Amino acid sequence: MTRTVLAAALLASAAPVWADNHTIAPGEGAAERLQEALILAEPGDTIVLEAGRYELTEGLSLDVEGVTIRGAGMEGDTQSILDFTNQQGAGEGLLITSDDVTLRDFAVENAKGDGIKSKDADNIIYHGLRVEWTAGPKASNGAYGIYPVESTNVLVQDSYVRGASDAGIYVGQSENIIVRRNRVVENVAGIEIENSNFAEVTENLTTKNTGGILVFDLPGLPKVGGGSVLVARNAVIDNNTDNFAPEGNIVASVPAGTGVMVMANTNVQVLENALVNNDTSHVMLIAYTQPYTDQRYQPRPVDVVVKDNVYGTGGAKPDFEGGAMIAGAFGGALPPVLTDGLHQGLQVFDAVNVATLGLTKVGQSRAEAAPSLWTMPDADPAERLARVTMPDGMEARLQ
Amino acid sequence: MKLSGGIILSASALAMGLSVSLNTSAGAAPMHRVNAQAVLGVEQLDGKTSKYPRRLSEYGFFLDKAGRLPAARVIPYALNTALYSDGADKLRYIFLPDGAVMSDAGEGGLLDLPVGSAIVKTFAFGETYIETRLLLHRADGWLALPYKWNEDQSEATLALVGARMELTRPDGETISYQIPNKNQCKQCHVKDKVVTPIGPKSRNLPREWFSDQASAGRIEAIPAVHDTVPHWDARAEVADTGSLARGYLDVNCAHCHQPGGSASNSGLDLRWEQWDPYAVGIAKPPVAAGRGAGGHKVSIAPGDPDASILVYRMSSTEPGVAMPELGRSTNDAEGISVIRQWVEGMNPAS
Repeated sequence: MTRTVLAAALLASAAPVWADNHTIAPGEGAAERLQEALILAEPGDTIVLEAGRYELTEGLSLDVEGVTIRGAGMEGDTQSILDFTNQQGAGEGLLITSDDVTLRDFAVENAKGDGIKSKDADNIIYHGLRVEWTAGPKASNGAYGIYPVESTNVLVQDSYVRGASDAGIYVGQSENIIVRRNRVVENVAGIEIENSNFAEVTENLTTKNTGGILVFDLPGLPKVGGGSVLVARNAVIDNNTDNFAPEGNIVASVPAGTGVMVMANTNVQVLENALVNNDTSHVMLIAYTQPYTDQRYQPRPVDVVVKDNVYGTGGAKPDFEGGAMIAGAFGGALPPVLTDGLHQGLQVFDAVNVATLGLTKVGQSRAEAAPSLWTMPDADPAERLARVTMPDGMEARLQ
Repeated sequence: MKLSGGIILSASALAMGLSVSLNTSAGAAPMHRVNAQAVLGVEQLDGKTSKYPRRLSEYGFFLDKAGRLPAARVIPYALNTALYSDGADKLRYIFLPDGAVMSDAGEGGLLDLPVGSAIVKTFAFGETYIETRLLLHRADGWLALPYKWNEDQSEATLALVGARMELTRPDGETISYQIPNKNQCKQCHVKDKVVTPIGPKSRNLPREWFSDQASAGRIEAIPAVHDTVPHWDARAEVADTGSLARGYLDVNCAHCHQPGGSASNSGLDLRWEQWDPYAVGIAKPPVAAGRGAGGHKVSIAPGDPDASILVYRMSSTEPGVAMPELGRSTNDAEGISVIRQWVEGMNPAS
């Protein structure tokens, strides 16, 4: 079934009656051949990227449902690399705007904007991808590595993202999400779940980012009210890279040394993670600090559960104003769990100290903090969040 | 090519071809006619038209090879305020099939053009045609296709994957001009996942044009709301910078920055009819701008254009920063100047 895509042949044959493989090889004209294959693909087709480096000057896009883009590998000796180092146009390397798409086993390097973005693209799989800004952390790097937004059923797994000036893996304004077994290194945020519901972030390695895993909600967006997020069995280690996000973006305010940060979300469970050597705090809970007018918006962290995590050293060099003083008050390091005091329904079952800044009003300046140790009031333990599963048949696309 | 697929196609082409020849023998019109089958994407017996006709001439929108003389029912129009496309001149036409009538029933007064209609837009620098973009209203919805003109200006051929070319504008500046690919056409022309026209809204079309169309019976009546967006070419006489600026943003940005548009997730809504200051960007922090924010904290900082992300991104040509993301490799100095004036005139305290 495999055949080489020939422009003329494809233009002439309008409608294949069965799923087809279109194999693209790097070299002369590869960018045009690849974009043409992406445009002319029929639902069910696979675009096969042969191993090698594809030099791209324009952004690529796919708008056909049910298409798989499959490379020869994301790293090592046999890999397919979409190289956007000399990109001249478009806001991302690869853009997906159709449902039921599978992206697997290739790499995207040095996109000028975001790496791979999928918008309003349901049932999408990102599997075995590498998205990297190869010069490492720089403010001039693109914002997001893997960037699904406004979608239902999102699976991101076994991928590697490095160098994103916002978040390595960012899932925004989406529902039913699994982000698992990824490695995210040297991004501002390793993994960020924003304005989304029903998400599982599990078994990822997030290291050398500014912040390891962020669960955020922002006002004024089409979808607000993020929640029901499980952050479990991740290794969140050594996330102390100086914040290199361009100012103005919400992640620019994340202190270096943040392990897991929850802001303005409801029902977030932080369970069974290994939290090691994050210099500000392993787990931080904060309310949204800026003014807003969105009536739908809930700015506090509500019903957050912290349980069965393993804690290493950390908290000795808090990267926020007045942090060192507060650390001093706690004997030289911030406790592993830190809240600004604006949480509701917080449950911490781990045998570690929890510090509160003692704020009482949303938007109150941290200069007014009255730090103290926090103890959990008596309450029935929260129920475990229901498992997130993808629809029947979706993961079978990877077989 | 797969034989089986070809056989199926030929069979359907045969059926279509028969019905077409029956129709034409009944009509027996000797004059030049637009090829309605090409607009509709119907395969014909001569194999000349298909889902994606290869040549612009196959549609017959023009009487001449050079595409200068529109055929009957190919109606020229101009917008009060137009999208900036590296300074290209644009020649716009609407093709209305026989007996069809348009209305302003679309969202925001968008012209409602029946199936079988087309919108034809040629991009030119001086006398040189660069590309002609088509929006074809087919039975299954609108389809956007770009066609690139050849060197000797005798034909434009389908440029499904787009093109980028160096060209020298009449003002002497050499620019890197991009013809968008089919998907990129859709990126701007998408609303709730479906391709749609953007430009021809009653508010952005002149009154005289509507009265011409009404007297020709191509529209029932002059729409109640029409001609309210300022005429950009006469902007020196427009006292209201706000309306000039909002007209510009509506036409240049709002196709993506609106609910259901390509940039809906930003929460920024730059449509003419949006009056919530926050949605328009006033004191609104960025969401996913990344380095596009340029170190600025809000889309529009009242009184301070230099602290406004919107102005920053309009004033950049760098991919990942520049807005719009597509179709612009140079800055629109006039547009930037109007937007700066508008932002400058806002009261910081408000």
